[in-house]
Amino acid sequence: MSDSPIAVEQHGPELLHHFVDAEQQRDAATLGMWLFLATEIMFFGGMFCAYLIYRYAYYNEFAAGSRSIDIWLGTINTAVLICSSLTVALGVRAAQMGKRKLLVVLLLLTIVFGLAFLGIKGVEWYQKFEEHHIPGHSFNADDLVKEYPQIHIDQQHEQIYFSLYFAMTGLHALHMIIGVGIFIFLTYYAGKGRYTPKYYTPVEIGGLYWHFVDIVWIYLFPLLYLIDRKPLR
Amino acid sequence: MATVAVTAEREHYLNKEYGIRSWLLTTDHKRIALLYLASITFFFFIGGFFALLIRLELLTPAGDLVQADTYNKLFSMHGQVMIFFFLIPSIPAVLGNFLVPLMIGAKDLAFPRINLLSWYLYMIAGVIYIHCIVTGGVDTGWTFYTPFSTAFSNTRVIEAGIAIFIAGFSSILTGLNFVVTIHRMRAPGMTWSRLPLFIWAHYATSIIQLLGTPVLAVTLLLVVFERAFNLGIFDPTRGGDPLLFQHLFWFYSHPAVYIMILPAMAVESEVVACFTRKRIFGYNFVAMSSIAIAVFGFLVWAHHMFVAGISLYSALIFSILSYLVAVPSAIKVFNWTATMYKGSISFTTPMLYAFGFIGLFTMGGLTGLFLACLGIDVHVHDTYFVIAHFHYIMVGGAVMGYLGGLHFWWPKISGRMYPEGWGRLAALLVFVGFNLTFFPQFILGYMGMPRRYWQYPPEFQVLNVLSTAGSTILAVGYVLPMVYFLWSMRYGKIANDNPWGAAGLEWKTSSPPPTFNFDEAPEVTWEAYNYEEIPAPAEVPVER
Amino acid sequence: MSEHIMSSKLYYTIWIALLCLTVVTAAVSFVDLGRFNTVIALVIATFKALLVVLFFMHVKYTSEKLTKIVITAAIFWLFLLLALSMADYGTRFLS
Repeated sequence: MSDSPIAVEQHGPELLHHFVDAEQQRDAATLGMWLFLATEIMFFGGMFCAYLIYRYAYYNEFAAGSRSIDIWLGTINTAVLICSSLTVALGVRAAQMGKRKLLVVLLLLTIVFGLAFLGIKGVEWYQKFEEHHIPGHSFNADDLVKEYPQIHIDQQHEQIYFSLYFAMTGLHALHMIIGVGIFIFLTYYAGKGRYTPKYYTPVEIGGLYWHFVDIVWIYLFPLLYLIDRKPLR
Repeated sequence: MATVAVTAEREHYLNKEYGIRSWLLTTDHKRIALLYLASITFFFFIGGFFALLIRLELLTPAGDLVQADTYNKLFSMHGQVMIFFFLIPSIPAVLGNFLVPLMIGAKDLAFPRINLLSWYLYMIAGVIYIHCIVTGGVDTGWTFYTPFSTAFSNTRVIEAGIAIFIAGFSSILTGLNFVVTIHRMRAPGMTWSRLPLFIWAHYATSIIQLLGTPVLAVTLLLVVFERAFNLGIFDPTRGGDPLLFQHLFWFYSHPAVYIMILPAMAVESEVVACFTRKRIFGYNFVAMSSIAIAVFGFLVWAHHMFVAGISLYSALIFSILSYLVAVPSAIKVFNWTATMYKGSISFTTPMLYAFGFIGLFTMGGLTGLFLACLGIDVHVHDTYFVIAHFHYIMVGGAVMGYLGGLHFWWPKISGRMYPEGWGRLAALLVFVGFNLTFFPQFILGYMGMPRRYWQYPPEFQVLNVLSTAGSTILAVGYVLPMVYFLWSMRYGKIANDNPWGAAGLEWKTSSPPPTFNFDEAPEVTWEAYNYEEIPAPAEVPVER
Repeated sequence: MSEHIMSSKLYYTIWIALLCLTVVTAAVSFVDLGRFNTVIALVIATFKALLVVLFFMHVKYTSEKLTKIVITAAIFWLFLLLALSMADYGTRFLS
């Protein structure tokens, strides 16, 4: 793993030896991140496919399940993520302008928003636990059946809604946790002054990842929380 | 290391550094390729061992070698090991990793550390899978169909699922690396239309890896969640649809077969061009066909589900799409054949494999069309006809492509020639052994012998015995190259830069190449396959 | 990716737009529009996603065509998965 000495002396240490110049390195990194996000679209897409098919088949159960999760918490969480996307975008801008302290503050704020999201998600999951809506042996949707006597709710099919709820929000949360981890690294290196207007690629591509996780939630919110909120007759 | 030290030994990627750390922490794409070569060969023999046991059991109609449950594990693990731990990585991770930067004139792949990470992910997955094997294995078939895998199997489904999930990420990262490299790191003058067809095919393969593998990943994860946390996504008692699993599984697993064959086609183009000393006929068509295969390959998955319960209307759609996907493959076969017309053909080992590939891949592909026909599929689905079909493509096609490629680029990789006589003998044994193993299976399937059965009616025995006999010949054909490649690393004739007189940037640097591939950054001013400008080698190097 | 440095004012505007659209989508879900509830929810979500992609992820200002091709291809592939799966589920009980 030795470096050609010539390359190191003419460029900064962050230019890797196999690249011709910094622009090629940056272009490669951003293309790589976009391709990775494409794989993530397909990854979540598999669950969206399952969701689509089961919602089509079990609409009543999906509607009832959707009503049973807290729309206020969901809306707040959506807002939290939107704020975090703002801080990320402003952070990339700060890096572009060489404003180190501002960058660190914005990255920290992003982490705070991310943790807030995860905290609220935890509260929501706990609510489901208390209401016996976790799929499995202790699942019990009697409360939903009672709440909506005018539509037929099959408790077995109801488990499918909640299975998808936990799978989708769970994997989304996992991606958030990874995102927070990445941003902790970014904050540390930003604090050390590693990112300059000439080299801020990690911030940029970390930001792309974060925005993507936000976009997944932008779709999860209406699909899980807003299936049918209209007043019952 | 050289047995005949004529000059002071030149520095290249193999002798630049010694020691296990220099290998395990390398970011040199060429060393990583060799790491993969060692590991996939290991898994090839594990998968082959399971195949051997299967064929031994099937020597007799009675189930007398292993119990039924064990037999289920044997065919399941044979499939999973061969597909996920051998075929999917094989050519891309070994030959692709080694050659892509060389062929485009780059110093390395775009992300060398991610390349190393790919290998480590593959190894972690491999260790987990080995643990799965020794603690009980998996008996769901390689396809993990629900609800058996989620609710009824008593074997190590979660572990196998996690191992394959991780191996999938190795595959995704390799694909990602190739796409970025090919877009961003071509040498000056290396335009898209000057790229070797090997690169086009690997680019197409990488697109499939990027877009298909994540769906497998999430599907296996959902199976793991269902088993571990009792989620009910595929559970029929809760309204889950087993076919949903199959749709999601095959959305990846059909394009996966194109991940396995496109790189072999990549090799085919290079080998045929070199040993007919001509530019590939219809370069643009072959390049575009690679892309077409990658795209169309995603549109046909439910042909694995014709009798599973999908609607007749969707079956019709998928049937016609399955016919269409054969077209670009056929175009390639026609173009390779047309290349040979009035070419100057040498029957070297790689070319023998290339000939074998064309014939066997064509047979496999045509029998795929039989299966795409709904009426026929009703009768031969889940019989040995299907098994013969896919082994013709994956073994007669992909493995022969892999072996042909290994032989063709061996001088570049190791700086040595393999012994040509033994090479040709092994190629012949592989061809004969392969056909004897798998042709009878077409007949068996047509006669009605189901797959995945550990016993069979006595009237099928003769063909099964022939098949097993063939498999022993095939095994010898596979072991021979292992032996003589290893032998050649110490005693093989030393190769010069371009022993075959082949076109391509990789042949313009020394054998083996220096760590950074080229002493001077290349600038390309010629078209691909410029054989009219390259003199044929004085003699085709043959070890006497 | 381009070097174009965007104004923070634009970022704040997009941010406000996203928050407003969130409130709108939640509020509209309480109104009975029949099948259109779903359509509107998805349209709003897509619009929000577009704002994030084009502005926060700088795709509007990039000169790199490949980025747009990658995004389009991924979305299209997902669409293939959904559409061809629905070809089965949507026609299963027709006859």
